[in-house]
Amino acid sequence: MSILDVKNLQVSYGGIQAVKGIDFHINKGELVTLIGANGAGKTTTLKTLVGMVKIAGGSINFDGKDTTSIATHDFVRNGLVMVPEGRGVFAKLTVEENLQMGGYYRNDRDGIARDIAHVYELFPRLKERYKQLAGTLSGGEQQMVAMGRAIISKPKLLLLDEPSMGLAPLIVEKIFEIIQMVAAEGVTMLLVEQNAKLALQVSQRGYVMESGKISMSGPAKELLDDERVRNAYLGG
Amino acid sequence: MTMDTNKKLAVFIASAIVLAVLPFVVGSTLGNSWVRTIDFALLYVMLALGLNIVVGFAGLLDLGFIAFYAVGAYSFALLGSPHFDIHLPFYISIPLGAGLAAMFGLLLGTPVLKLKGDYLAIVTLGFGEIIRIFMNNLNAPVNITNGPQGINLIDPIQVGGVSLGKAIEVFGFNLNPVHMYYYVFLFLTVVVVIMVYRLQHSRIGRAWVAMREDSIAAAAMGLNIRNIKLLAFALGALSGGVAGGLFATFQGFISPESFGLLESIMILAMVVLGGMGHIPGVILGAVVLTIAPEILRDVIGPLQMKAFGKMLVDPENARMLLFGVAMVVMMLVRPEGMWPSKRRAAEFKDAKKG
Repeated sequence: MSILDVKNLQVSYGGIQAVKGIDFHINKGELVTLIGANGAGKTTTLKTLVGMVKIAGGSINFDGKDTTSIATHDFVRNGLVMVPEGRGVFAKLTVEENLQMGGYYRNDRDGIARDIAHVYELFPRLKERYKQLAGTLSGGEQQMVAMGRAIISKPKLLLLDEPSMGLAPLIVEKIFEIIQMVAAEGVTMLLVEQNAKLALQVSQRGYVMESGKISMSGPAKELLDDERVRNAYLGG
Repeated sequence: MTMDTNKKLAVFIASAIVLAVLPFVVGSTLGNSWVRTIDFALLYVMLALGLNIVVGFAGLLDLGFIAFYAVGAYSFALLGSPHFDIHLPFYISIPLGAGLAAMFGLLLGTPVLKLKGDYLAIVTLGFGEIIRIFMNNLNAPVNITNGPQGINLIDPIQVGGVSLGKAIEVFGFNLNPVHMYYYVFLFLTVVVVIMVYRLQHSRIGRAWVAMREDSIAAAAMGLNIRNIKLLAFALGALSGGVAGGLFATFQGFISPESFGLLESIMILAMVVLGGMGHIPGVILGAVVLTIAPEILRDVIGPLQMKAFGKMLVDPENARMLLFGVAMVVMMLVRPEGMWPSKRRAAEFKDAKKG
């Protein structure tokens, strides 16, 4: 059963069409990745999903609802959560306060406390530093905060925008471990990445985006073995 | 742990005793005019804490905060003076004035939702002036505010049939109005301190910091930026309105002159010099900036007479000059304020590095 169904999505910035009619879907429990070069329209697509960019045409159906007219801050309530590019961790809030922000829309104080405790179990590192300002953490730890915060928002679908961006290779691997841990929690995810190899390795399915269109799609394993994908994105 | 709580309790009791006897100690040693200054310091603490919600917590630069003080003061004056011959008790007119001020907060907040930084500062500055000019001119065709002459003979607060406007004798103690108002102000200041403290550590407080830092990520967390901004304006204005009402009844007279731009800037200076976003810092800033000019007033004149044999600079001007120098020095040496929060200090450290 698909949780997200996008049909013929089109987005324009001024006169330039950034997304030229794409179709994709995500099933419950899946980890799907959207790969592509810089400027292919990946981030635009994500932003459209959470209402930060207006759509020019097509339809988005999330969890049985048309979401094209919902305000950004209402998406969380509907179960759609995004971890923005650059992680969007609140540097001047402590680790614990960041996690509490994940429960901002929730009213069950006890449930939030339980979920925060659960995140600390997942990432013991965060428990050690719960009082520290998030801005003083390393890149990997900040990603843990961002992911932990997202878990506490109880998403039906979690959108990850370039989680590995600007991080050292060693940390990037750590981050993909974190993504797999969260996937193992049963969270459905859409991962947008430039690091195609790692992204495809952890995903079940993938879409390849090229100048505003989806050029290829299929099981992640097949894409990894595909000649064209290898040449274009995996460095031969 | 118990040591810590014991220590806290001791500090609490000690400061409670100091605050309780302060007006009598000061009154009998330095004179009642100083008790009056302390009363004003409490009013400014309330104002500065209100502005701190907007500037310190939510990060919205507001240069017209005095407008809410004016709204509170005029509400009280119109509802408790011979001007309209309405005499509502203070426990109705102060909440009414505070509520009206909060509504004006929303009124200001709505059009400036999309503005940031300099633009926001300019619009709020204009708003403050608009309110003042309205007060100045609303005496014709229908006389509402009595224009530049202001409103006189504003009712003093009455508690259980006792007017705080006249001195009374209790157990041989001579209680002056400045003493009695001190306790009223102190009580309401404590209420405001508790309110802002609770706010800061609530989810709303966290939301303000989050919004200040990254409004996109904050919206992605389900935070309605519009509402949370308006809430900051309204709650800040609320506390300004309470202070305004108290000011009106304490002075017995108000006129538009009391609500000029300079006042707005003074309150902002209290917040910034004290330590933006840090409640103890803001209180300190308000107290220092209320009391220091009074001390200077007593010092500058005699000092000039001694040094030069005549007055070279008018004490009032010299005060502003010294005040300006102090501001510049402060911004160079300690831009985060006298007593900053850890969070704010970290921000300034980052800024220096970057």
